[in-house]
Amino acid sequence: MGQITLEKVTKKFGDVEVIPPLDLTIQDGEFTVFVGPSGCGKSTLLRLIAGLEDMTTGAIQIDGQDATNIPPAKRGLAMVFQSYALYPHMSVRKNIAFPMRMAKIDQAEQDRRIEQAAAALNLTDYLDRKPGQLSGGQRQRVAIGRAIVREPAAFLFDEPLSNLDAALRVGMRLEISELHKRLATTMIYVTHDQVEAMTMADKIVVLRAGIIEQVGSPLELYKAPRNVFVAGFIGSPKMNLIEGPEATKHDAQTIGVRPEHIDVTDSDGQWQGVVGVAEHLGSDTFFHVHETGLGDMITVRAPGEVNFKHGDRIHLTPRADQIHRFDAEGLRIS
Amino acid sequence: MARSINTQRKLINTLAAWAIGLLIFFPILWTILTSFKTEATAISDPPVFLAFDWTLENYTAVLERSNYARFLWNSVIIAGGSTLLGIIVAVPAAWSMAFVPSKRTKDILLWMLSTKMLPAVGVLYPIYLIFIKMGLLDTKIGLTIVLMLINLPIIVWMLYTYFKEIPGEILEAARMDGATLRQELFYILTPMAIPGIASTLLLNVILAWNEAFWTLNLTAAKAAPLTAFIASYSSPEGLFYAKLSAASTMAIAPILILGWFSQKQLVSGLTFGAVK
Repeated sequence: MGQITLEKVTKKFGDVEVIPPLDLTIQDGEFTVFVGPSGCGKSTLLRLIAGLEDMTTGAIQIDGQDATNIPPAKRGLAMVFQSYALYPHMSVRKNIAFPMRMAKIDQAEQDRRIEQAAAALNLTDYLDRKPGQLSGGQRQRVAIGRAIVREPAAFLFDEPLSNLDAALRVGMRLEISELHKRLATTMIYVTHDQVEAMTMADKIVVLRAGIIEQVGSPLELYKAPRNVFVAGFIGSPKMNLIEGPEATKHDAQTIGVRPEHIDVTDSDGQWQGVVGVAEHLGSDTFFHVHETGLGDMITVRAPGEVNFKHGDRIHLTPRADQIHRFDAEGLRIS
Repeated sequence: MARSINTQRKLINTLAAWAIGLLIFFPILWTILTSFKTEATAISDPPVFLAFDWTLENYTAVLERSNYARFLWNSVIIAGGSTLLGIIVAVPAAWSMAFVPSKRTKDILLWMLSTKMLPAVGVLYPIYLIFIKMGLLDTKIGLTIVLMLINLPIIVWMLYTYFKEIPGEILEAARMDGATLRQELFYILTPMAIPGIASTLLLNVILAWNEAFWTLNLTAAKAAPLTAFIASYSSPEGLFYAKLSAASTMAIAPILILGWFSQKQLVSGLTFGAVK
């Protein structure tokens, strides 16, 4: 079990309001990702749920029990930190055993769970090493192992992959996703990386300045961003946001077209422009197109075999059914 | 080219380091050498460096005249006791300042350190009077307390600096793992801070061992430590350089040996954790 409910939660640091009143429910077993630019309050929100920060007002419930004034040790949640936060003076085995030792679980059961976790996380050969003798990826797995053995109501991850290199990050992302499928325990995951959010989440919570901009599944956010901020934040490369006469044509203040929803031709397009940088990834090619008369540079995603070069004049046609329209307040017009 | 410049620079650095080291160590070396001379050689002009008849007569004389063991014991009790007492008081203080700081924490730390800038003689009268009133004059307990108070700012500062280096996330992890405050301190913080606590202990034993102002002013015979033992040989009745040197050598020998074997901790203690 691991349903978490936040009711009118606020947090102030001195006079600065980091989280204005916020309501949110996280269902049992759900993989929820908090995503947003740095300083949006996503880590603070996670720490409020963990109990490491006291909320200024509001209430938090875990499995229907009021947890507002329960200390972190008693909330039954496990946390994986960005810095891993392993105990440097203890071996891997002792690190993983620590929460069970605190919970006074008997030794045989402790050993059983350690063996199990170590096998699942490929740590069996490293159990007697100190954290200082491990690589970044191994340390991260120890931190996860320490979280698993407690069998917590929910896992909290605070940007756990940001200290790893790109290749390792993709691997760990998969491991965490598989872990979630296997354990089916509630997980709350904080990241500033929208790719992590899109690939892992059942539910994404997009935050800006402590305010929830949108909550939804990755595809809901991709297909129907509620406002200009979410539209620009979710998706890679970023959605093209166009203002001015072109937007007025569609009865909107701003229109948005994703790079993958623009067709490229060498003649007869709705818009035209000059290729600035062409990024050939093999599978895809990204064109950064200038001098379109639409204001900002337009990014286009074309199949890999499309071969225009720097300085070529190309024609662009947005797919009519994939144009997102936003009003003067930046909200979606449906 | 670059290599020869590097070798040259290394050589110059090494020579300079040795020169400075010898310069600083010379008075101690001279004291030790003098302690093995006769009183006549000790004051001979020009001074003799090594080519003299080595003798142990000064040590025999000093040991006959004074009860070295009693002074040594007093020094051990006072230096060790004041340091232990200081650590017991300072650990919780440094702990709270490092991990639950308030707006005024920095001010309090600076204020504590500022007391070290006060000339000790400025508070000699009040402390002397308090000691008379409380019957603490010439007692080991009185000296232990005074030396603890004198060194407390340094102990708190050092521990504070060490605790500061322990990442807060590790303590938070312990809290998330279900540790109570007591378990967090006992299983996580203390083991991680042991090198820091050890350096602090060591440095303060040395400071307390060498402290001469209070130990000389607040003791007479019963509680007098080794500083008073040295002082008793610099009497106006006559110049006994060789005996004074022998007494000094005996007084500093224990702490010199302790310092020699714990150089590494001491250096990290003196640099206040600035060098990793």
